[in-house]
Amino acid sequence: MFLQQLVNGLTLGSLYAVLAIGLTLVFGVLNIINMAHGGIFMIGAFVGLFMVTVFNVNIFVALIVAMAVGAVLGYVLEFVALRPLRKKKVSHLAPLISTIGVSIFIESLALLLWGPQTRSFPPDYIGGLIDFGAFKISMVQIIGLGVSIVLMVLLNFVIKKTKIGKAIRAVSLSTETAALLGINPTMVISITVMIASALGAAAGVLVGLSFNAIEPTMGVIIGFKGLAVLILGGLGNITGAMVGGFILGVAEVFSVAYGASTFRDAVAFGMIILLLFWRPQGLFGSKDKGGRP
Amino acid sequence: MKHSMLKKLALLGLAGVMAIAAGCSNGSDNSANSNEAKIALLTTTTGGAAAYGESIKAGAELAVSEINADANAVKINLLVEDTKGDKNEAINAINKVISKDKVVGVIGPMLSGEMMAAGPVANKSKVVALGTSTTAEGITDIGDYIFRNAVPESLAVDTAIKEAHKTLGFKTAAIMYSNNNDQMVSVNKTAEKALKEAGVQIIDTETFADKDTDFSAQLTKIQQLKPDVIVVASLYQEGALIMKKMREMGMNQPVIGSNGFNSPEFIKIAGSAADGVIVGTPWFPNKDDQKVRDFRKAYAAKYGKEPDQFAAQAYDAVYMYESALKKSGSTTDREKFREALKNIADFVGVTGQFKFNEKGDPNMEVQVLQIRNGQFDALQK
Repeated sequence: MFLQQLVNGLTLGSLYAVLAIGLTLVFGVLNIINMAHGGIFMIGAFVGLFMVTVFNVNIFVALIVAMAVGAVLGYVLEFVALRPLRKKKVSHLAPLISTIGVSIFIESLALLLWGPQTRSFPPDYIGGLIDFGAFKISMVQIIGLGVSIVLMVLLNFVIKKTKIGKAIRAVSLSTETAALLGINPTMVISITVMIASALGAAAGVLVGLSFNAIEPTMGVIIGFKGLAVLILGGLGNITGAMVGGFILGVAEVFSVAYGASTFRDAVAFGMIILLLFWRPQGLFGSKDKGGRP
Repeated sequence: MKHSMLKKLALLGLAGVMAIAAGCSNGSDNSANSNEAKIALLTTTTGGAAAYGESIKAGAELAVSEINADANAVKINLLVEDTKGDKNEAINAINKVISKDKVVGVIGPMLSGEMMAAGPVANKSKVVALGTSTTAEGITDIGDYIFRNAVPESLAVDTAIKEAHKTLGFKTAAIMYSNNNDQMVSVNKTAEKALKEAGVQIIDTETFADKDTDFSAQLTKIQQLKPDVIVVASLYQEGALIMKKMREMGMNQPVIGSNGFNSPEFIKIAGSAADGVIVGTPWFPNKDDQKVRDFRKAYAAKYGKEPDQFAAQAYDAVYMYESALKKSGSTTDREKFREALKNIADFVGVTGQFKFNEKGDPNMEVQVLQIRNGQFDALQK
């Protein structure tokens, strides 16, 4: 049972990780919490679902289309809700509120378009249970875990090795200095929000596929889990978001497996509080940079 | 200059909106005629539980359109209010329909938690509120003006467990319930009691929360313990996800479900994973009864889908109100209406013969059904 629950925890954790990376990327560059992330996550899930049910494409194609739509939404979000405020140099609370506005707008729009009922991928769309003796893993879990890991590796490569990745890191350290060195911060910020939103949309497809519950409010609760991971890992720290995601997933599953399911969230979040006493800047955040990479 | 212009424009716009709103309320007051009884339907058409609310609204509106087409019936003006599944919204809505719209009686609110919050308001104002889907314990203890034709979960789940035990003869059981939903917490208590009375050993109890989507941890734990039967108390959404995961993991035990499992939406989401689910319900769509056949036909013709238990109970509730209004001889006297409703006898609806017991709970027969090939059917071994 231990191995089975570990597999369950890692699958759940990988989804939290992909979701939280999007949040942490935006935080790293803009120093704001993007409350619309859950909304884009939900749209991603719907786009993935429609690609599969209406256009009959393969799940990986659906995933890529959903990520593209997520990126476009990310651009719109940045253009509509973040850029005008940044130009006016208002407090950090203003973009927080404007992204909440965007998230409510997206949710209401989805309710209007698709109604409140839960939809799911066709039954047995990706069937199959592979039995390893000590534990069983379903194809859906393998896809969820596999895609999450591939996305994380890719992102790490982009951030560490490519020109745009270096620009993103430069802007996250200091927007002004980066601009002096010839980086166009507006473009870098747009691209960051687009990458983050594409990851959010991908997480939506994976969660929709894994748990089969796609509905307009699905982003709200999981969005809060994403925030928890963001803080647990260290604000703006990508490695932190990955590790934090896995920790939260495994902690949640194990508190059900070896404790009582009533305390699932209490144990997981209680643990986060304890961790923060020990490291207020989060697991991977450093003190002097306010937790940023 | 530009700003003050804008402000003026905004003010003008606001005034316009208010004038229109005022105009609307005037209009509706004038149109109310004395032969028409005003009834409010409080239900949830947006939010997580909206699928139930849509059914309730559809069932009630079908009944109203049939009644208003009948020359001998008391005409009904049905005011539908959306409570969004929220206790505060339910209190606001019930206050509005009682004091502003001056309805003679209320149907709803929809969720047990909402009734617990809004019911006392109706009771204090001496206005009848009848719940069609409020199945939790203690609803009718709120007061003399609170009724329900919803079969209390204590009766439905209790009957389902005992009938299933008689037919299937299981020895061990596990329970799963949503612990942030008043109603499911009360189902858990009922199930524990019924299982104990039947001599079944409860080997595990797991919980989750409404809107959870991942149940793999709880189910992995239950799978290890191999119970003969699993009792699940949840709304249809979580119920369907639990069934899917369970069947995916290779758990083939029969499942006894709470009220939420009665919805066709449940079967739609769970698909073939729904097979083997046992429920206790007042509504048996395949019953050999002319009333039931007519209702299903009319409902399908109007909405293009099959009615569920929630539609059937709302449909019956409206007919019950009409028959009580006729007996009371008034379309506005709330006191006479309560007397007539309370003493309703020989009422036969699509959910069968119906009357209230002295508490205002239904006194009716519960059917135990099992899902086979995506259809509700009689329970068999």
